[in-house]
Amino acid sequence: MSSFNIDRRNIDDLEVIELNGELDAHTAPQLEESIRELIDRQRFKIIVNCTRLEYISSAGLGVFMAYIEDVRTLGGDIKLTNLKPKVYNVFDLLGFPTLYDILEKEEEAVARFLNSH
Amino acid sequence: MPSRKINKIIVRASTEFLGEVRDFVAHHAGLSGFDSTEVEDIRLAVDEAMTNVIKHAYEHDSSKLITVQQGVENSEFWVRITDSGRSFNLEGYVEPDIEERIRLRKKGGVGVYLIRRLMDNVEYKKVNSRNEIKMTKKL
Repeated sequence: MSSFNIDRRNIDDLEVIELNGELDAHTAPQLEESIRELIDRQRFKIIVNCTRLEYISSAGLGVFMAYIEDVRTLGGDIKLTNLKPKVYNVFDLLGFPTLYDILEKEEEAVARFLNSH
Repeated sequence: MPSRKINKIIVRASTEFLGEVRDFVAHHAGLSGFDSTEVEDIRLAVDEAMTNVIKHAYEHDSSKLITVQQGVENSEFWVRITDSGRSFNLEGYVEPDIEERIRLRKKGGVGVYLIRRLMDNVEYKKVNSRNEIKMTKKL
């Protein structure tokens, strides 16, 4: 079975979601649940740290596709950081780098959110 | 001399088994001599195809079975996924407009596009009452 889990932490008013393992159609509902829960709590400034994300399929990408508009409309963003090259390649195949804020390091995403006040 | 052996795995139509099938195919892709990027391409293409079978052909009925076969022929690595569910009709398939799908808050619909980008050839066939997708990548 695909192993996947999510760790969460905060930096000031920013929400950091750390993805660990393999994100596919089996595990994507866990990510969707986390993002929906943040939106429900009106936490719209979301950083997804992918340091330990080993794999992503379109089911995982689909979660980002489904919620980015809502989050942006509400004044936030979902910024993706620390992607391994093999994971970045999948984002790239679908043209995500022009549609999403994908950054090398988590600190860059933090700085961007803080500077956007 | 490449082996003519066909490797096979049969699993229930549940997303629970995606990881196992991905690893099975990636293992054989690695043994066939693909580099790590190509192995990842094949891993993802097979995942997308199997996910489509689970969602669309079987509509998440996990009592159904999916057969995944893999072999090498004429310097081509192939993977064939077979099911007995609803057929997929490639006629009328239109490449997805990702920006539009994001605007409409759509969660999916990009699997077939990915498979076609990742593999060299993709064929859908109906054999008796079974559906087959055969994907090949040149060695």
